[in-house]
Amino acid sequence: MNVATQNTRTVPDHGVNAPKLPIYLDYQATTPCDPRVVEAMLPFFTEHFGNPHSRNHKYGWDAEAAVEKARAQVASIIKADEKEIIFTSGATESNNLAIKGVAHFYKDRKNHVITTVTEHKCVLDSCRHLELEGFEVTYLPVQQNGLIDLEVLRNAITPKTAIVSIMAVNNEIGVIQPLAEIGKLCREKGVFFHTDAAQAVGKIPLDVDAMNIDLLSISGHKIYGPKGIGALYVRRKPRVRLEALIHGGGQERGFRSGTLPTPLCVGLGEACAIAEREMDAEAARLRKLSERLYNGITARLPEVFLNGDAEHRIPGNLNLSFAHVEGEGLMMGIKDLCVSSGSACTSASLEPSYVLRALGVEIEMAHTSLRLGIGRFTTEEEVDYAIEHLVQAVQRLREMSPLWEMAQQGIDIKSIQWAEH
Amino acid sequence: MTQRGIYMDWNATAPLRPTALAAMSAALQEVGNASSVHAFGRRARAWVDHAREAVADLVGARAALVTFVSGGTEANNLALNSRGSRPLVVSAIEHESVLKPARLAGAQIARVGRSGEIDVAHLAYLLDKVSKPAFVSVMLANNETGVVQPVAEIARIARAKGALVHCDASQAAGRIPVSIEALGVDYLALSAHKLGGPQGAGALVLADDLPVEPLVQGGGQERNRRGGTENVAAIAGFGAAARDISALGEVERVAALRNLLEEKLTQFGLPLTVFGRNASRLPNTSCFASGTKTAETLVMALDLAGIAISAGSACSSGKVRPSHVISAMGFDAATAGSAVRVSLGWQNEPADIDSFIAAWGRVQRAGPARSDAAETRISAA
Amino acid sequence: MYSEKVVDHYENPRNVGGFGKEEAGVGTGLVGAPACGDVMKLQIKVGADGRIEDARFKTFGCGSAIASSSLATEWVKGKTLDEAETIKNTEIAQFLSLPPVKIHCSVLAEDAIKAAIADYRAKSGASDKAAE
Repeated sequence: MNVATQNTRTVPDHGVNAPKLPIYLDYQATTPCDPRVVEAMLPFFTEHFGNPHSRNHKYGWDAEAAVEKARAQVASIIKADEKEIIFTSGATESNNLAIKGVAHFYKDRKNHVITTVTEHKCVLDSCRHLELEGFEVTYLPVQQNGLIDLEVLRNAITPKTAIVSIMAVNNEIGVIQPLAEIGKLCREKGVFFHTDAAQAVGKIPLDVDAMNIDLLSISGHKIYGPKGIGALYVRRKPRVRLEALIHGGGQERGFRSGTLPTPLCVGLGEACAIAEREMDAEAARLRKLSERLYNGITARLPEVFLNGDAEHRIPGNLNLSFAHVEGEGLMMGIKDLCVSSGSACTSASLEPSYVLRALGVEIEMAHTSLRLGIGRFTTEEEVDYAIEHLVQAVQRLREMSPLWEMAQQGIDIKSIQWAEH
Repeated sequence: MTQRGIYMDWNATAPLRPTALAAMSAALQEVGNASSVHAFGRRARAWVDHAREAVADLVGARAALVTFVSGGTEANNLALNSRGSRPLVVSAIEHESVLKPARLAGAQIARVGRSGEIDVAHLAYLLDKVSKPAFVSVMLANNETGVVQPVAEIARIARAKGALVHCDASQAAGRIPVSIEALGVDYLALSAHKLGGPQGAGALVLADDLPVEPLVQGGGQERNRRGGTENVAAIAGFGAAARDISALGEVERVAALRNLLEEKLTQFGLPLTVFGRNASRLPNTSCFASGTKTAETLVMALDLAGIAISAGSACSSGKVRPSHVISAMGFDAATAGSAVRVSLGWQNEPADIDSFIAAWGRVQRAGPARSDAAETRISAA
Repeated sequence: MYSEKVVDHYENPRNVGGFGKEEAGVGTGLVGAPACGDVMKLQIKVGADGRIEDARFKTFGCGSAIASSSLATEWVKGKTLDEAETIKNTEIAQFLSLPPVKIHCSVLAEDAIKAAIADYRAKSGASDKAAE
């Protein structure tokens, strides 16, 4: 198959007519690269192709200057100093580096890590890896709204705790954790605070000093930048020390060896610059669209439930449970809408989302959940089309659902002895 | 911002091939996480799978055994991280991305002969010295001298002693034929940007279903060997470049340019050492020392003339020190300190060689004062 | 991802609906569990000649589950109970070209047929006894 000939438009036009299909509503899985970002990157693929670590000629210097400009752009969006930014291959690597790097470096004095049960898989997997090495890990529960309880965190911190890793914004349900409060508590207790901000950068204001954040992970492709690039903020004062994951030429102050991909660094920098400039206006627009989407669905369908806190959330995410309709079956009925059931990393595995389960969403309800993610290129027409499509599909599937039928007849599904298979 | 200069530093990074750029531009216009099950995600997955086949074909491997990573450095680190409790044996001229983790792990380091080739007898001796079956890491072609190493022979000996063998083929792939089977190695590292693909992609290729201990965990991508959303565009570019290479017959032309360069240098009349000249070398690489100027002076002066070459490897991030490769070959510090590397590629023309020789001549005739000034600038950088 | 036949049965499901549970000649099978993500209700109506003259289903589940149960209602129609009992999940899976991760959907459909037949037999056995 020649994939290069598949030419489907993926970034919808801001047209006034019927939207182009399919409609992309999975902005938490990944975002299209902003055309302005692509434009900024292109010259660094062709005429300015040098290795930024070549210290001996103009090709190298040009590349290096571009990388350093990008570093400053990344630093600016989280109010950090550019010397505190390390480029990585993405937020997964940043999270691995932050958690394993800090734990390994301080292992002689501290052996305890705190995180939450709703973190991204790569944080949980890093923590499991540390457990195998003999570290102790506390997985904090979350409340029904998806947020942690600060008192529970306070009680979990011990003199042996090296690092607390709590995500800024959850990828599945979009809730925002109380970063400033967590940071304040960690600073009081003398514990490093790492936050996975892959879903937060460009969506909510972040200030590493005001929030007392010591390490912060950034992803390129979640903020309309390219895939394959991310960054880790590592505080210099008070200094955070790390053991590298990838050793070699000593690039990125020895924290991360490997030739820096200049075009990707430039892309991440530009994506941050655009996000910083446009965040307020974009958030307001997305909030309106998301309200339109939520109201449009719930006005026409009963028994639709929003997962995660209604207030403390980013505007681009709606995680909804459509009672009595199975999520995967529903996705098949709305194939013009690209949405996700559960997280993208696990949606092939057919198990209900561990994040929803952690909120106390019952397993049968978790099976009925969809994540609708809207973003920079989502239009009102697309939202209206999505509402129409979703409502019709849910209505049709409910007519076919034995559970819906029982609910209508007043039979409590829990009263039935199900043979779990 | 840049003039159209003469680029002769292809071993540091190679310009992107047009086919790679085309594939990347198309992939960059796409949205979609390759792990998502919807149409967008499946299209991203198709790009990745298509590239995986191309990269597998390049080295004669099975596509399922190709793991995409962020580059050659990560590929080497990932291979070494997968050694379990096996003791490490590496050569003295490996790239820093092997040497650094190897030193941290207390590896045995095999000597290198004056020819630039790994001393196979010494490596075999080290394999006997370590008590358990070892994990051997040797490069296929050296980045500085271009010397092609006797990897097949090393692998045969090492495997007979129960060792697993990793080969860093970053510099070799695309310049000489590489077959994981013919080499007889277990792990093989590739870098996209050394063969005309983009920076930010590489691969670790396995000969068989061998253990891989991930460095980056989470999400289960790449068959649990490497977590993280796939860098779809860079991988697409990597695949396109790999396909391009198997189609292009550019090697002889580049070799002829390199030989022309060395012939003209010989005619120059100054004492000339071409490192690794008696060994089998990459067709595009010439590493040599001639005259009394330091490598830094030469590289700076040539840059002012619009010609990009390099002294030692590009990864030493600013620190000017004699090449560990030339030193390991047994040359004295002065010779090592004046070694420069010219590495060529398909965009170079015979006229580039003439320009290089002309500029080279001007530098060699210039007085020593200027070279001191240039050295000061470098160490301040 | 999904075979054409799965898509066809998902988009145009055959025999959606139900019969009154207490109606004469009706057998009802309810299998699966909401917690596992699929529940099938399959009903048969058996005629005087002992053949299944009609069937209905409702399913909570993925496209493959819906298709498996829709297909099952088509296949049981016109069959005697003994014949319908011989329908194997492998035949359903093969006909719909289900991938390995979806085989359990066909298992569930087979279970639903068997459960409906068992329910019918229990009920008719009871009514036969009552008639004696």
